[in-house]
Amino acid sequence: MNVRSRVLVVACGALARELEAVVAANGLTHLEVAYLSADLHSTPARIPAAVEERLVAAADRYDEVFVGYGDCGTGGQLDAVLDRHGARRLPGAHCYEFLAGGGAFAALHDAEPTTFYLTDFLLRQFDRLVWRGLGLDRWPQLRDDYFGNYTRLLYLSQFPPTEQRLAGAQHAADRLGLRLEHRHVGTGDLAPTLLSIGRRPGDDGRTTSSSEAIGHMT
Amino acid sequence: MSDEELDLTTLPDDELVEQMHDDLYDGLADEITDGTRILLDRGWMPQRVLNEALVEGMRIVGIDFRDGILFVPEVLLAANAMKAGMAVLRPLLAETGAETVGKVVLGTVKGDIHDIGKNLVGMMLEGAGFEVVDIGINNDVNAYITALDEAQPDILGMSALLTTTMPYMKVVIDELAERGLRDHYIVLVGGAPVNEEFGRVVGADAYCRDAAAAAETATALVLAQRAARAG
Repeated sequence: MNVRSRVLVVACGALARELEAVVAANGLTHLEVAYLSADLHSTPARIPAAVEERLVAAADRYDEVFVGYGDCGTGGQLDAVLDRHGARRLPGAHCYEFLAGGGAFAALHDAEPTTFYLTDFLLRQFDRLVWRGLGLDRWPQLRDDYFGNYTRLLYLSQFPPTEQRLAGAQHAADRLGLRLEHRHVGTGDLAPTLLSIGRRPGDDGRTTSSSEAIGHMT
Repeated sequence: MSDEELDLTTLPDDELVEQMHDDLYDGLADEITDGTRILLDRGWMPQRVLNEALVEGMRIVGIDFRDGILFVPEVLLAANAMKAGMAVLRPLLAETGAETVGKVVLGTVKGDIHDIGKNLVGMMLEGAGFEVVDIGINNDVNAYITALDEAQPDILGMSALLTTTMPYMKVVIDELAERGLRDHYIVLVGGAPVNEEFGRVVGADAYCRDAAAAAETATALVLAQRAARAG
C-alpha cells in the first residue's frame, strides 16, 4: 500500500504559481501549501519570525513541515529557526538560484557577477517591488546608486514567456540601464525537491516540472 | 512648511545646524552645501562643521533607519546630501592637517558588487576622522592583502550583501592568519545578512550593524588598541 505522510509546505507567496503547478502536475495531494506574503522578499529580516510562527502553529498537526524558502537574505537566521523545529527548506540562497537549478545558477553568476536577476514573479511585480520598492518612482536619480555596478538583467523565466512578457523584461532592463538576457529555466530544483518530501516506499518519484504541467494543461 | 524659501544665512548658528540636520534627513544636497559654506564663512573649523552638522545629522538618520522609520532610499538621499557637504569640507580638512583617528581599508568581498552600505560606512568613518582607503567591490583575497600591504591601515573592513558571498570574509581572515598578519589589523565585518555570531565564527574582531555603529566601533577599537600598546 502506498502511504504518504501529511506534509505542510510553508512557502513564499512569490512561488505560488510554480508550486501549484508542480503539485498539480505530480499529484502531490499529500502536500498542503500555506503561503506567507511575498512582500517579505523585500524585508528578509522578518522572514525567520514569520516562518517560525507558522512552524509553531503547525506543530503536531503534520508529519512534516517543509519550508518553501531559500536562505533569502536571512544570513542563516532562517536555518537557525528550521534547526529548532527540525524542518527543511529549499536548496540555495535565493529563489532565482533554486529556480535556475543550483549548478546552472553558479555558472551564470560566475560568468557575470554583475547580474541582476528577475524571475516570472519578480518581473510581474517589477514596478511594485523593484521600481517603487526602491523609491525610484520618487527619486529616479538614485538608480545608479542601486544599479551602477550592474551590467546585465537576466530574466529567468519559469513558464514559457509571451511576447508581452519579454517586452516587459526589456522595458525593465531599459529602466535600470542594463543589458537584457533571457533564459528559460523552468522550475529548476523545485520539482525534485517537492518530490523528495513526505515520500514513502512505493512512490515512483517521477518529476514533472511546472513547465511540463502548463504544457499538459494547454 | 511655507512656500517661502528659507534663507539659511538668516539663521543663528544653532538653528542653522538644526536646519542642516533636517535637510540631511530630507536628503537636500544643495541646502547642505549652502549650510556648510555658511558655517565656514562664519569662521567654523571644517572639523566642527563635519562633526556637529553632518555626522550628527547622519547619526539621527542612522537611528531612524535602524528603527524602521526611514528606509534605504531615504538613507541614500541623506548620504548623497552628506557627500555634497563632504565635497566642500574634504579639501579644507586636508589643508588644516587635522589628525586622523586611524586608517581603514574598506571593500566588498569577491563575487559581490553591492556597495551602498560600504559607501555609507566609508563616509561615516571619514566623518569620525578616519582616513579611508576604499578598494571597491568584488575583491579577492589578493586585492585585500595588496591594499593592506600598501596602506598599512589600523582596520580592515569587509562588506557583503549576499549570503553566498559573506563566507568569503573567512577566506580573507584565514589568509591573514596564514601569513601571520591577522594581529596586525582590527577586522570589522558588516552587511545585510551578516550578524554578530557570523562575525565571531569567521574570526572578525567585531560585527557592525550599521554605518554609525561601524564608526563608533572603529574608534573604540583603535583607541583600545593604542591604549593596550602604550600600556
